[in-house]
Amino acid sequence: MARSVTKQQKALNTAIAWTIGLLIFFPILWTILTSFKSEGQAIADPPIFLFFDWTLENYAVVQERSNYTNFLWNSIIISVGSTVLGLIVAIPAAWSMAFTPSKRTKDILMWMLSTKMLPAVGVLYPIYIGATKMGLMDSHIALVLVIMLINLPIIIWMLYTYFREIPGEILEAARMDGASLKEEIIYILTPMAIPGIASTMLLNIILAWNEAFWTINLTVTKAAPLTAFIASYSSPEGLFYAKLSAASTMAIAPILIMGWFSQKQLVRGLTFGAVK
Amino acid sequence: MATQHSRSAARIMMAPAVTLLLGWMLVPLTATLYLSFRDYRPMRGGDLGFAGFENYTRFIGSSSFWPSIVTTLIIVGGVLAITIVFGVLLALLLDRPMWGQGVVRIMVIAPFFVMPTVSALVWKNMFMDPTNGLLSHLWRFFGAEPVVWMSEQSLLSIIIIVSWQWLPFATLILLTAIQSLDGEQLEASEMDGAPVLARFWYIILPHLSRAITIVLLIQTIFLLSIFAEIFVTTGGAFGTKTLTYLIFQRIIESQAVGLGSAGGVYAIILANIVAIFLMRIVGKNLD
Amino acid sequence: MGRITLDKVTKSFGDVNVIPPLDLTIEDGEFVVFVGPSGCGKSTLLRLIAGLEDVSSGQIRIDGNDATELPPAKRGLAMVFQSYALYPHMSVRKNIAFPLKMAKMDQAEIDKRVNKAAEVLNLASYIDRRPGQLSGGQRQRVAIGRAIVREPSAFLFDEPLSNLDAALRVGMRLEISELHERLKTTMIYVTHDQVEAMTMADKIVVLNAGNIEQVGSPLDLYREPRNLFVAGFIGSPKMNFIEGAEAAKHDAATIGIRPEHLDASATEGTWTGKVGVSEHLGSDTFLHVHDTGLAETITVRVNGEFGLRHGDTVYLTPQADKIHRFDAAGLRIA
Repeated sequence: MARSVTKQQKALNTAIAWTIGLLIFFPILWTILTSFKSEGQAIADPPIFLFFDWTLENYAVVQERSNYTNFLWNSIIISVGSTVLGLIVAIPAAWSMAFTPSKRTKDILMWMLSTKMLPAVGVLYPIYIGATKMGLMDSHIALVLVIMLINLPIIIWMLYTYFREIPGEILEAARMDGASLKEEIIYILTPMAIPGIASTMLLNIILAWNEAFWTINLTVTKAAPLTAFIASYSSPEGLFYAKLSAASTMAIAPILIMGWFSQKQLVRGLTFGAVK
Repeated sequence: MATQHSRSAARIMMAPAVTLLLGWMLVPLTATLYLSFRDYRPMRGGDLGFAGFENYTRFIGSSSFWPSIVTTLIIVGGVLAITIVFGVLLALLLDRPMWGQGVVRIMVIAPFFVMPTVSALVWKNMFMDPTNGLLSHLWRFFGAEPVVWMSEQSLLSIIIIVSWQWLPFATLILLTAIQSLDGEQLEASEMDGAPVLARFWYIILPHLSRAITIVLLIQTIFLLSIFAEIFVTTGGAFGTKTLTYLIFQRIIESQAVGLGSAGGVYAIILANIVAIFLMRIVGKNLD
Repeated sequence: MGRITLDKVTKSFGDVNVIPPLDLTIEDGEFVVFVGPSGCGKSTLLRLIAGLEDVSSGQIRIDGNDATELPPAKRGLAMVFQSYALYPHMSVRKNIAFPLKMAKMDQAEIDKRVNKAAEVLNLASYIDRRPGQLSGGQRQRVAIGRAIVREPSAFLFDEPLSNLDAALRVGMRLEISELHERLKTTMIYVTHDQVEAMTMADKIVVLNAGNIEQVGSPLDLYREPRNLFVAGFIGSPKMNFIEGAEAAKHDAATIGIRPEHLDASATEGTWTGKVGVSEHLGSDTFLHVHDTGLAETITVRVNGEFGLRHGDTVYLTPQADKIHRFDAAGLRIA
């Protein structure tokens, strides 16, 4: 729609959109700002927006008191571990469904999707007790496995929709050009599939990072990731706003940045390719 | 297009994923089903024998069951209504020409990436706290009595928090759908003399109907099992006990596993009713 | 060399028999066009030759050697795909060099051949760009470039011009024909466009529902179509078919007369009718004549301009030696 819009119209749109955008973003912005305040200024009435004494003290305290890096490390292990493991299982499956589809491919995909619909609470006890019995309670392995499994359908679906966009004629051209299966994979498929695999990976790290049912229920302290760490702030410490903010900021910052890069993939991934 | 030899390779490549998911689905599901027919209480002697349908009737019969269903429906319904209505409006707004569109988009999407425990805690303490929360400052500024959000407006509080998290999702998907609308269709309707409101009603909304349905179904599935938001805010008190939370309490807190498992089966059935509709839509898109 | 022989080749997908037993010989250096309506099996036939599909039975020989079981790359053929199938992550140069790289050719030789292809096809100016930055015509050239560097024994083209706009299509048609003149390599070209078939081919293979309806030079097919299908498919505008009493006069079930073999007059002629739509092309005029009592519409080609208007009466006279006669089974009566 190449339609010129008047300056006034555009200015009005801009003003409304920025107001709403800032309003929605405000809780995050406020958290980040508060993390740099002293506890006193954090609860000041009227609130202080920018002109307070900026300090990094809260970050130091949070790290010192709670061993923040431990939780961060757990979050990284769990989210990256479950995603990488998921990719290892999903890539061959998605690959074969996309490139050698059979009559049952659709049914298999739908069935995989249906496992995603299983409410976690419905299988809470068996998993809980299974983890306990196998001595995997509060371990990385249990969480990596469980989170890999709950996200596996999404990983397979995303990869499938990406792989399916690689035109079959390209693969045939490579075969005509004398590429062996190995060369086809190295020179043609992998370079073409990497963007899809990368964005699948990104989105799934985000989902795993933020997963807060199993991470809370299957950990105590040792393997607890940031979700569980923050949950521990729900009582008294929560009243120390500046420290809560510092902890929160550290928990969401890495994923916020990754998330902004993956906006487009988000839609495709979370709607199972139904909206692109 | 496939030649013969690739068929068997395909089966081998599928095997790990299929096996894992099959195991993931069947093993816990069978266990839950089994437990739901047992009087199983780990803290009071373990398995106390076959219970028939007693867990099922007792779960429904308990005084917390129907309130939990009502709570679940209010939260899910409230969040859906808010996110879809505002999602459509926001998507329409973001689709318009403006300066700094990319930045606005990023700001609007950001809440989706905030982990549930963080958003729940930040809202609970820094915004909804009756003495120090930002909202109470605001209320006092206008001379009003601050709301004691978590106890007096507990459901509304949770709806606000969860809507804030999911509004970006709805907006992003609806925006993607709006952008796929053929501009010529709108121009044609303009030529046909349709005013702005009619264009929205007869062209844009029908075009969005599929995306809206998808948002509706996917959110429903996720919302039916929200947990962390309740866990860190009210802990299920003040009438915020959803079905999911009730089952969690039965199983983990009071260790009434048989009873909780029966509840789990109800939750699975409920989720499946929604899932069937979602799968139909997604399935159609596959061909 | 590039002599390709198909011997009783069949292809079925599940229960669906796409190609019934089929024999065909393509001589070395020939430009052969497979033409037919969509779904007639022409692309499948090409892919069988390429090795991208397995034959269900029968034998494919290339230069006398059995190639039925050979993988595509070992057949010494090069293919230009409908979508061009360029590798999107490689530059034009790398695209063209890819088959040579796969053949483990040494780099100096690869460079030499790529440069030569670039020169022949005029793509030197964008050789370091990616396919995504090229126009349709440029991509087409790159695809051809990738095919010629291998110096294959035959080129296979799968509807290569169908994604180009009309003007470009005419230009590329000429270029491919010129390429054939220069290389003298066997070319097999699949199209649904009978104009492409007529203008480019040494030999046309008309396919319908997997069957070969007729094989011959363009003019053979034009002058002596073996049956009603070929008669209707080759030539534009389409041949007029007349059944019934008028056909019986010529001892035939159906007679066919091409629009260019009918003389139109405002005053006298064998048949009469009313002028419907006239299409003025400047050089010619196509009249669509109704109410002749022969067929619903009779199309006539008149040289230059023609004065009659919509609704005027027109008289038509067929050129006696240009009437095609067909029997009840639709076959040509000699």
